Amino acid sequence: MSEWLPAQDTVRRIVQGELTASGALEAYLARIGKLDGQLGAYLAVDAEGARAQAAEIDRKRKANEPLGPLSGVPIALKDVLVTKHLATTAASKILDGWKPPYDGTVVKRLRAAGAVIIGKVNCDEFAMGSSTENSAYKKTKNPWDTSRVPGGSSGGSSAAVAAGLCTASLGTDTGGSIRQPAAFCGVVGIKPTYGRVSRWGVVAFASSLDQVGPLTRTVGDAALLLEAICGHDPRDSTSLDQPVPKFAEALTGDIKGLRVGIPGEYFAGGIDDEVRSAVQRAAASLQERGAELIDISLPHTELALPAYYVVAPAEASSNLARYDGIRFGRAAQGARDLLDLYQRSRGEGFGPEVKRRIMLGTYALRSGYYDAYYKKAQQVRALIKRDFDKAWQHVDVVLTPTTPTAAFRFGAKSKPVDMYLADIFTLACNLAGLPGISVPCGLTVESLPIGVQLMGKPLDEATLLRAAHVIEKAVGLGEKRPKGIS
Amino acid sequence: MPILQRKEVEEIASLARLHLESEEIEKMRVELGAILDHFTALAAVDTDVAPMTHAVPLDLRLRADVAEPSLPAEVALLAAPAKTAEYFVVPAIISSAADE
Repeated sequence: MSEWLPAQDTVRRIVQGELTASGALEAYLARIGKLDGQLGAYLAVDAEGARAQAAEIDRKRKANEPLGPLSGVPIALKDVLVTKHLATTAASKILDGWKPPYDGTVVKRLRAAGAVIIGKVNCDEFAMGSSTENSAYKKTKNPWDTSRVPGGSSGGSSAAVAAGLCTASLGTDTGGSIRQPAAFCGVVGIKPTYGRVSRWGVVAFASSLDQVGPLTRTVGDAALLLEAICGHDPRDSTSLDQPVPKFAEALTGDIKGLRVGIPGEYFAGGIDDEVRSAVQRAAASLQERGAELIDISLPHTELALPAYYVVAPAEASSNLARYDGIRFGRAAQGARDLLDLYQRSRGEGFGPEVKRRIMLGTYALRSGYYDAYYKKAQQVRALIKRDFDKAWQHVDVVLTPTTPTAAFRFGAKSKPVDMYLADIFTLACNLAGLPGISVPCGLTVESLPIGVQLMGKPLDEATLLRAAHVIEKAVGLGEKRPKGIS
Repeated sequence: MPILQRKEVEEIASLARLHLESEEIEKMRVELGAILDHFTALAAVDTDVAPMTHAVPLDLRLRADVAEPSLPAEVALLAAPAKTAEYFVVPAIISSAADE
């Protein structure tokens, strides 16, 4: 049963010769063959490439060559991460069949650490959505209940990790797209501080908000993967030139004196009772181990949603201008002239939600409207950040629910605004550029996972991981596994 | 609060270089209108602060002015829908009168 092993144990066993990388990989490939037809997490499985990478790890082990910190760990990548010669679609028809000529920085770093890239997993088209229903290719189901969504946009990542179809996955988070699906599928998901992880070779959605981060089954694995992907990259001008801590060493269990902020705004109406109770139990578990709970206020919380839905689509409308049917991606046939080629390639290639966001962003950025929308939203963003800056004078972390409810059913959020509200608790973290983590803190009576979110000071992922680790031990899911697929 | 007209939706689609079918335009008009309604909350906020451009203070970064290897032309052209020799092929920039 090597497929349920944490990454840390997989590496240790491979190093000690108790398990081979090829053996670990084959167990996952067999499980994917058996279960992914029901789950729909993978868009592409690179069995051949993965077998070659695993064989290379096993050769190094035999030759007593040095092994990296993720040696032989099978990892699935959200399909917005650019992979050399391996199709990268962003779950969009406009990139159908595109095989990039290079690896993104995070992919290079994973490979250098010895990870085995097992394949690419589903997501909402261009990472725009909260349920993975916006994928142009397939539905991904929640392994706890296949009538429900896995969350989004990194829903293929959360479902694959929860169902044991990979050891860990990388996702991206622009407004909650790692933390929300992690909560829905009962896994750990961390969005690092903006600038911690290089965005070079990540299909761009909203450049001032996007960050890459891991989805894992344990907090320990999140620490291990985060350390492997963090660090300065001269190819990304927003990448921070800051030392990368040894995150795994932060998991000491010692949280005596930790000041935990509880913002009233996140516990007001609209939140499910079971979610509220589970999150309160998680907070109490910190208090029992020596943390102090402090009521705080983040008064501009309500404005995160409108500010986000101006800023993110505005940046997306600009970023997605590159898909024009000329250099790569889908081109419309029989275009009359250049303008016709642009318009029809984009009209045919983009799905409804992507079109909606491009339109929204173009609306907000067009001449004469900039001050009323984009500038105003960026000012509100400054107010949201100021709320947090004030909070950090009194607390070390802020604790909230990750989502207002557990996973919803397919088709339940047919109106765009209803879907946007699914991310209501995760948006502020991106707007303020802070690190945030979601960690499981219980199940509903229907056996659906609930996630608690911790947000921290810039660059203080270590404290988030330490607190999350305590919650995991106290109220986490332990050995409970999803029963939706078998 | 703006209530979108069909003509305005068509103008925005044109700015976005996005072809929309007739029924998409109507759907977009209704859906965008509902979303824009949520933006009214922003207008009411007193925002006497500088707009935030990035989450973390960033200095303008410069690198040494030294040429580095870039993607070879044949690799850059690999995924091009239309190409010839070392070039991307694009259709006529100005359509001829006969096509109008």
